Amino acid sequence: MGVFRNEAGKIVATLARLLGDIDLAEDAVQEALATALERWPRDGVPDRPGAWLMTTARNKSLDHIRRERTRATAREAALRLHIDDEGDRSSGLDSSAVGDDRLALLFTCCHPALAPEARVALTLRLIGGLTTPEIARAFLVQESTMAQRLVRAKHKIRAARIPIRVPPQPLLAERVPSVLSVIYLIFNEGYLATAGTDVVRDSLCDEAIRLARLLVLLMPEEPEAAGLLALLLLNHSRRGERQSADGQLRTLRMQERSRWDQAAIREGREVLEAALARHRPGRYQIEAAIAAVHSEASTVESTDWAQIAALYVTLRDIAPSPIAALNHAVAIAEAGSPDTALALADDVAESLDDYHLLHVTRAELLVRLGRTDDAIAAYDRALELVRNDAERAHLQRRRASALAGTTR
Amino acid sequence: MKYILLIHVPSGAPAEADMIERHMAFAQAAGSRGKLVDGAQLEDIATATTLRRRADETIVTDGPHMETKEHLGGYYVIDCGDLDEAIEIAKGVPLNDGGALEIRPLVEH
Repeated sequence: MGVFRNEAGKIVATLARLLGDIDLAEDAVQEALATALERWPRDGVPDRPGAWLMTTARNKSLDHIRRERTRATAREAALRLHIDDEGDRSSGLDSSAVGDDRLALLFTCCHPALAPEARVALTLRLIGGLTTPEIARAFLVQESTMAQRLVRAKHKIRAARIPIRVPPQPLLAERVPSVLSVIYLIFNEGYLATAGTDVVRDSLCDEAIRLARLLVLLMPEEPEAAGLLALLLLNHSRRGERQSADGQLRTLRMQERSRWDQAAIREGREVLEAALARHRPGRYQIEAAIAAVHSEASTVESTDWAQIAALYVTLRDIAPSPIAALNHAVAIAEAGSPDTALALADDVAESLDDYHLLHVTRAELLVRLGRTDDAIAAYDRALELVRNDAERAHLQRRRASALAGTTR
Repeated sequence: MKYILLIHVPSGAPAEADMIERHMAFAQAAGSRGKLVDGAQLEDIATATTLRRRADETIVTDGPHMETKEHLGGYYVIDCGDLDEAIEIAKGVPLNDGGALEIRPLVEH
């Protein structure tokens, strides 16, 4: 019943906007789906299943509203449903308004007045159509914790009246980055898997790419949306090579590049080129450009590190961050200046002291500079901080080879 | 929909010049848009008196309810369509350096 997840998401979005109440919209759609499961096998699938579900869900929500006449908002919501019914009865689910509804709900899910973890959970639930247990598993929290997080967030949307709409200009420019960063967070949670080793998390990458595609479709004028999609596609093209069959982490250097997903790379580059042609660069477009340079090289050695280092200069200009500085340092080292790179890494060492990759990078640079004792200390600090099992095993191997005096 | 804007001031912060004028300007601007319902500056924290309920007894003590690094310095009540509008209006409220403003919807009965 794959049609269900997709259609259900669209219908929840439309009803949520009409009703101004996400819970009511979700309940009505759940009931409509239950009715479909009961009737379709018996009576056959209707000609337009989406439109059927929409009509049924709308009627279910009207039933709810009638049962709760005492609520001050009930009458108002019913009125809005009727107005819409009169207004565009013929348009059904095919209207472009549905796209706007999903975009509106996405902006609501990513509202800055919601906690970041609530934004991610709401987006996966309401736009991605994942179930609460699925989201809980993906983020390694108890199902009851995730359920409560969702309930609280939806309560806040209703009680504080966070609008369900695409923000008007000039607010839009301020709110787009939050939507992009929620999608990027979802992807990274799957891609980097901060803890444990769970296959469920791979689906988070697919889900994030699906959301990014949707955003590009809904906001074709926003080059950063395309930049994000390109970045996700290019990163995801390496997914099969990031771990060996026995679960060991493979760094860029150890990956078999011919096994990178060429279709994803091609699409990522095309999407990126179209975005860059708009001449409104942003952090996601630059990060995608860096990933694209990697995808063009057949080995680490033949990579155009000078160009990557230059792109990091631009990135740090647009979106300064210690992480960007650290990655810049890595590019400088690969371009042939490990001592300059170490100085740059040391500059951000204080602000990234809790980040294991800072210590990994410093360790690798110190090995190259022949400072083995300092390198071992840096590996030890990285091992204290690392949470992913495959990465820990990799670092232990690197530390051992540094001790043995062999590099690379 | 009504929202209260609770203005939190860092305790012991020096008074900033022209704060009163800036509040007057805000109140005038929000008022002329028909958004301002109420508002007041609170007297100094040293003037606070707290009542506490213990079973059937009510105890009166000197001082604020909680000793914190920030205290409530004043409030506004505004009437807006949604949280986005409330945020937009709240951005116009003058704040002390290091101060904070909390937006809370009022329950409608």
